[in-house]
Amino acid sequence: MFSQEFMRNALLAGTFIALACGVSGWFVVLRGQVFAGDALSHVAFPGALAAAAAGVDERIGLFGATIAVGAGIGLLGRRSFAGGRGTAAAAPADDTAIGAVFTFVLGLGVFFLTLFSTSSGGGSGIEAAHTLFGSIFGLGAGEARLAAVIALVAVGLTLAIARPLLFVSVSPDVAGARGVPTRLLGVGFVMLLGIVAAEATQAVGALLLLGLLAAPAAAAHRLAGNPYAGIALGGLLAVAAMWGGLALGYAVPGLPPSTAIVTLAVGIYYISTLVA
Amino acid sequence: MSPDASPAATSSAPAVPSSPPAVELRGAAVRLGARTIWSGVDVAVRDGEFVAVLGANGSGKSTLLKTVLGALPLSAGEVSVLGAPAGRANASIGYLPQRRSFDSGTRLRGRDVVRLGLDGDRWGLPLPRGLPGSSIRRREAGERIEQVIELVGARAYAERPIGELSGGEQQRLLIAQALVRRPKLLLLDEPLDSLDLPNQAVVAALVNEICKGEGVAVLLVAHDVNPLLPYLDRVVYLAAGHAVAGTVEEVITGETLTGLYGLPVEVLKASDGRLVVVGQPEAPAHHHDRHSHDHGGHGDHGH
Amino acid sequence: MGTEPQLSWNLAHDLSEILEYHFMVNALLAGSVVAVMAGLLGWLMVLRKETFAGHTLSMMAFPGAAGAALIGVPAMWGYFVFCVAGGLAIGRSSVGGKRTWGEQSASIGAVQALALGLGFLFVSLYGGVLGDLDNLLFGTFLGISDGQVLVLLAVAVVAVAVLAVLGRPLLFASVDADVASARGVPVRTLGIVFLVLLGLAVAETSQVTGVLLVFALLVMPAASAQAVTARPGLSLALTVAIGLVVVWLGLGIAYFSVYPAGFFVTSISFAIYVGVQVGAWARGAAQRGLRPPEPELAPAEGVIV
Repeated sequence: MFSQEFMRNALLAGTFIALACGVSGWFVVLRGQVFAGDALSHVAFPGALAAAAAGVDERIGLFGATIAVGAGIGLLGRRSFAGGRGTAAAAPADDTAIGAVFTFVLGLGVFFLTLFSTSSGGGSGIEAAHTLFGSIFGLGAGEARLAAVIALVAVGLTLAIARPLLFVSVSPDVAGARGVPTRLLGVGFVMLLGIVAAEATQAVGALLLLGLLAAPAAAAHRLAGNPYAGIALGGLLAVAAMWGGLALGYAVPGLPPSTAIVTLAVGIYYISTLVA
Repeated sequence: MSPDASPAATSSAPAVPSSPPAVELRGAAVRLGARTIWSGVDVAVRDGEFVAVLGANGSGKSTLLKTVLGALPLSAGEVSVLGAPAGRANASIGYLPQRRSFDSGTRLRGRDVVRLGLDGDRWGLPLPRGLPGSSIRRREAGERIEQVIELVGARAYAERPIGELSGGEQQRLLIAQALVRRPKLLLLDEPLDSLDLPNQAVVAALVNEICKGEGVAVLLVAHDVNPLLPYLDRVVYLAAGHAVAGTVEEVITGETLTGLYGLPVEVLKASDGRLVVVGQPEAPAHHHDRHSHDHGGHGDHGH
Repeated sequence: MGTEPQLSWNLAHDLSEILEYHFMVNALLAGSVVAVMAGLLGWLMVLRKETFAGHTLSMMAFPGAAGAALIGVPAMWGYFVFCVAGGLAIGRSSVGGKRTWGEQSASIGAVQALALGLGFLFVSLYGGVLGDLDNLLFGTFLGISDGQVLVLLAVAVVAVAVLAVLGRPLLFASVDADVASARGVPVRTLGIVFLVLLGLAVAETSQVTGVLLVFALLVMPAASAQAVTARPGLSLALTVAIGLVVVWLGLGIAYFSVYPAGFFVTSISFAIYVGVQVGAWARGAAQRGLRPPEPELAPAEGVIV
């Protein structure tokens, strides 16, 4: 298995992408921003298509769309959105707005899809499938390296802001009084999430991103009370799901790797509900 | 007695306070839009003094705390905190904002929440074990956290997920969070608000112990003075845009309050010493931080 | 064949041209039924703040359709089965004491990812004809059969009837769960029933707008109406009205254009939503200018936000 280059590339990119998802996902679950993560993954698709339609590298559109929408979500978010506190009514109040925005962006995606397919004639279906469901076995060596590096940077950034972000998420008023840049961190985090979403789209696709972002992190929340242990565990579980999924995808003909990865990640979560 | 003896050098000269008050407001006023929230506020809180801010809902009590934190600028007058303009010395202030409880599923431990008060504002991750020089800081941090948890009496449940604890227990841990950096000033916004009576008494006593025992200046916002009566040095009463400061006996009287409100207000004293204020008009209560609004307003979280 | 249909500015003429074609009549009928059903259930969904659950349910249509194609039954049945199953799965998992909103939403997200992964598996096994994928995801109104219209209508009638019966206790449970439960309202069961009904609404809507754009009829009309007025009867009626306008306008324009219906339906719906939000914000700003602000306002920006 490891002698195959496509597998090595997939493992390289996949490992770091999973790490980024697990680590940032821990904060996503803490802050109740899972839907925002979902929205970001969904706008990755039109972004990629728009870039393809314009004839530039898809990844520009991918990252551009997710980071821009991430900034938008962060800026539009109200105080209550600094999750971790309050009742369940807190976060969903913003979800309506998020849902409206990303539905519109998806509508644009349709527009670009049609534009692209009429201008390039065919092949758009496959593009769409890749963006929506990932194409981790199709990564070239250079692409895999770049993906790994970007993911590693995302992990580094998340760890760098981990402590103040935790403070802001748990005790926002106290953190603000202490001089922690609350709003900046909030917006910055969602933009960082945009980067992670764009990265993960290449691995598991826009539609399955949530599996890698939310499920291992939710399991980590159940299993570890210490926040830093939780962050580490989130990363670890996501990587485990990635490796297992890639192995299964390789071994079982007809099983798409993204399906395997996501199923394992969700399975890990369900097991954690039984154990803790 | 020698004629050279200088009268100023005698031991009968009056003692002068050696340090500036922890908080001092002089002629302070806050205006938001066209409306004056309050004006003419003169109050000083010294180390080891326990001062309560009282008044009806909407009278601007929380606003006062925010000006001390430097979060809201004054429209008139001055405020100095720990010898500097407001907002500079916040690292030496322990702040307990108006309470909101933790989601019942929150698995963060009490001690993690306390720990955030110690180093939550520092970037990066806490130094892992094994790094040279880190072990001393870790040990000191650990000891301080234990110490402050013990101080608030939360040792028995500090390791449990904070979502599982009762209101009073969560509140104590939040007080510990405010105390862990040895603040010189403690700002508490309605800390007794949603606690039952026994817990109110316990928390009030705890705050007093910290105030007198550690010499911390305490400014506490409350809407009911009674749990605090045994401990207060002075009160600041806000009403109708004005303020009166003084001892409880001076301020919470029918005469003073009537003068403040411009309306007949009575203060009744129950047989156990509790005070009841009758006739004070309540401003319309706008608890934006506690009720959700459907029309896209400031609404925060619901119930 | 003729030339491409041209949008003239004579509304009556355009309308009559559209109505000449049976598939367009079917599309408009289906769209209207869906607009009403999605509007009513979406209104409740927005009230209950279960937007994320609704979105996840719309994702269920994907494995539904793919699975149906795999075993060779009409896609519609796949939609209904999977959306209802999804409703049950979410309903069972989301209620229950000791979970933060973060974890609840994570578990809903998990259901979504699992379902989509499954759908992709089905598509791969089926030998994925990706042209169908397009229609699946973004809707098509070209092939709505008479039978389909009848089924949509029947399901909608049943759902609305159930809603009429359960309406008041459901509203009570949605607005004040604790008090309702104390009064004997089976809050949890109602919640699950609601999600099943929502699943049906989503399954229906997906057939017109496609899976990814369900929100255009499910969320946006309701959110717009609720922003305009707080009176339930009025906002409910307004929701349905907006939904119908969106469908007719969207389908009508799409007929003359090469772009999919989903795009127009979504854009019009979104335009209304944004317009209402801007109007509400402007109204609020004007009112704030007249009335003195309350004292316990948010502090100065940039410090504690």
